[in-house]
Amino acid sequence: MRLSDRLLLSGDEAVAHAARDAGFALATGYPGTPATEIVESFHELGGKAQWSPNEKVALEVGIGVAFAGARALVAMKHVGVNVAADPLFTVAYAGVKGALVVVSADDPGMASSQNEQDNRRYAVAAGAPMLEPSDSQEAYDYALLAAEISERWGVPALLRMTTRVCHSKTVVVKNGAAPPPRAPGFERDLQSRVMIPAHARPAHRKLRRKLAEIEAWNVAAGPNLRVAGADGLGIVTSGIAFQHVREAAPEAAVLKLGMTHPLPMAAIREFAAAHGRTIVVEEGDPYLADALRAAGIRVEARPETYRFGELNAGRVRRLLAGDATEEPAPAKGTPPQLCPGCPYRTVFTTLRALDCIVAGDIGCYTLGALPPFEGMDSQLCMGASVGVGLGLRHALPPEQARRVVSVIGDSTFVHSGITGLVEMIYNPPPTGHVLLILDNGTTAMTGLQEHPGTGRSIDHRATGKVVFEDLARTLGVTNVHVIDPTADAGAFRDLLAGCLASNAASVVIARRNCLLAAGAIKAYEQCNEQPS
Amino acid sequence: MNSHPDGKVTSVVVAGLGGQGVLTASEIVAVVAFRAGLDVKKSEIHGMSQRGGSVTSDVRFGPRVFSPMTPAGEADFVVALAADQADGVRGLLRAGGCLITPSAIDEKALRSKKSLNVALLGALSARLAFSEQAWLDAIRAVLPPKFHAVGLEAFLAGRKGNAC
Repeated sequence: MRLSDRLLLSGDEAVAHAARDAGFALATGYPGTPATEIVESFHELGGKAQWSPNEKVALEVGIGVAFAGARALVAMKHVGVNVAADPLFTVAYAGVKGALVVVSADDPGMASSQNEQDNRRYAVAAGAPMLEPSDSQEAYDYALLAAEISERWGVPALLRMTTRVCHSKTVVVKNGAAPPPRAPGFERDLQSRVMIPAHARPAHRKLRRKLAEIEAWNVAAGPNLRVAGADGLGIVTSGIAFQHVREAAPEAAVLKLGMTHPLPMAAIREFAAAHGRTIVVEEGDPYLADALRAAGIRVEARPETYRFGELNAGRVRRLLAGDATEEPAPAKGTPPQLCPGCPYRTVFTTLRALDCIVAGDIGCYTLGALPPFEGMDSQLCMGASVGVGLGLRHALPPEQARRVVSVIGDSTFVHSGITGLVEMIYNPPPTGHVLLILDNGTTAMTGLQEHPGTGRSIDHRATGKVVFEDLARTLGVTNVHVIDPTADAGAFRDLLAGCLASNAASVVIARRNCLLAAGAIKAYEQCNEQPS
Repeated sequence: MNSHPDGKVTSVVVAGLGGQGVLTASEIVAVVAFRAGLDVKKSEIHGMSQRGGSVTSDVRFGPRVFSPMTPAGEADFVVALAADQADGVRGLLRAGGCLITPSAIDEKALRSKKSLNVALLGALSARLAFSEQAWLDAIRAVLPPKFHAVGLEAFLAGRKGNAC
């Protein structure tokens, strides 16, 4: 290897490189930390990349690409897989022709997420093979391997990453070439692709047979690494935890699992039998420990305290020492806040002044829940503001119900708020409702991505645009207002107060470009107006 | 010299607030080590932490690096871009480790406040084995061209600074 062959890439970038090198026809997804840079990097590398309105649509588009025989990369954060779970479970039955690689970027420790769900469970639940890289080199290699597995067995393959793998830059050398993609073409196979019960019953059996074959392959030839060490202690691990283990216990024998579904049980059983004591070191849920113990393999799980947050070498040292005592709290830093001059500052000041009960949502504006505003009363998942606000209106006594406002950002509204708006006009509460859409013209929180409401695609060129006020009126909302909350804070307050008092279903669009994006948006608009 | 010429891993933590150039600074360190042919891992957190909140980024380099994260109490260097953040991150240092804060340099002499990150890298660079030229090349590779002149000047001023 020459020094010039080395690249310093993040895990996200490495996946994008692999997809480009393997001739993937499309990368799609919805922005979400820590997955966002996968689709962005694929675009920067010259691949066909696009943002979908949400992860479910992204996966469905990816499935179509794979049905056509081409290769598709669909990338999302862990909670995005919840949104995409419906097609994921059934495409595992249906199978694919071209590669379908689905990246789940989990966020243990919740650097930028609302939960730390462990999506390794999805691989089991959906019946999808899963690879877990531990650095950027493996992110590259495993993305290629995922494509190979997906095409060889005709199944969607999960690439499960975590924040520290996605966002750490490590050295990558591109060894070995990806097999070239097949030419796309339609082949009719309605038995496989129309999942009526009569077709799905045999499809389920077929999936289980494929998984049994993949397990046998994983035992014989899977990407699992055995590090020799002292006889006494054996460690079974996967993903980023492997790197912490190697630092914390360089003398220990290690079985590092690269493919964690289906697990190479025979290989793990043999490893455990060769060591006096075998301990499982994993971040998140006791996924490996539970599975191994259910299979009758004698392993120790970590103390429950290590289920929470990220691991690091220091924590792994404690864990291996069996130390379950309370850990020192990490130093408290400065919390994030809404940018100085952010238009949402006016919005949350107004909501507080009107004593609103705020059903909130996911985005920069969730920072309105923190001091000095404390202007949000609930926040769960993308789009929940609308349904939760309506439910509060249905159940609360009228004088409280009239204070309820659903607050949602522009990109989040497109992602999961539109069906909530349909609910609002279909099942309106007696006191009406107020849906406040905060439209700052970008997906700000994840780094200023375009979305269908901006009318620009990932390359910032003009495309079809969802106009929120037109959509709301078309759905039958008569009380639709568009206002710049910063132009006249008093007028904004009066408008909101009027809507709250009206017993009608109202949509208020507070429109003002994000400060961080305003300059770029102006430039894109000018550029798109030029005749080409 | 506080780094490890004997082949151990050197761990640098850059700490500051969103917008101060923490990630740019750690990128420059990573590029210097990478171009020297070392194994490098650089870790950072994006997202929620970037709205003016605390940001830290770890760079670890040596013949072979495993974990991308520096355990508390094991950093060889902590570069704190904000003096009021220094207390929070001091605990990351190993015994005898080196804390580099804005007091290591003459802040008033900087042409731009935005170049504080590069100036403190100057102070760091005096304690690492990479050549001055390697640092200057890495700064040019990472910073946008319009910041090259100010950045290089700040770096060279910081290199004369007095830390630890």
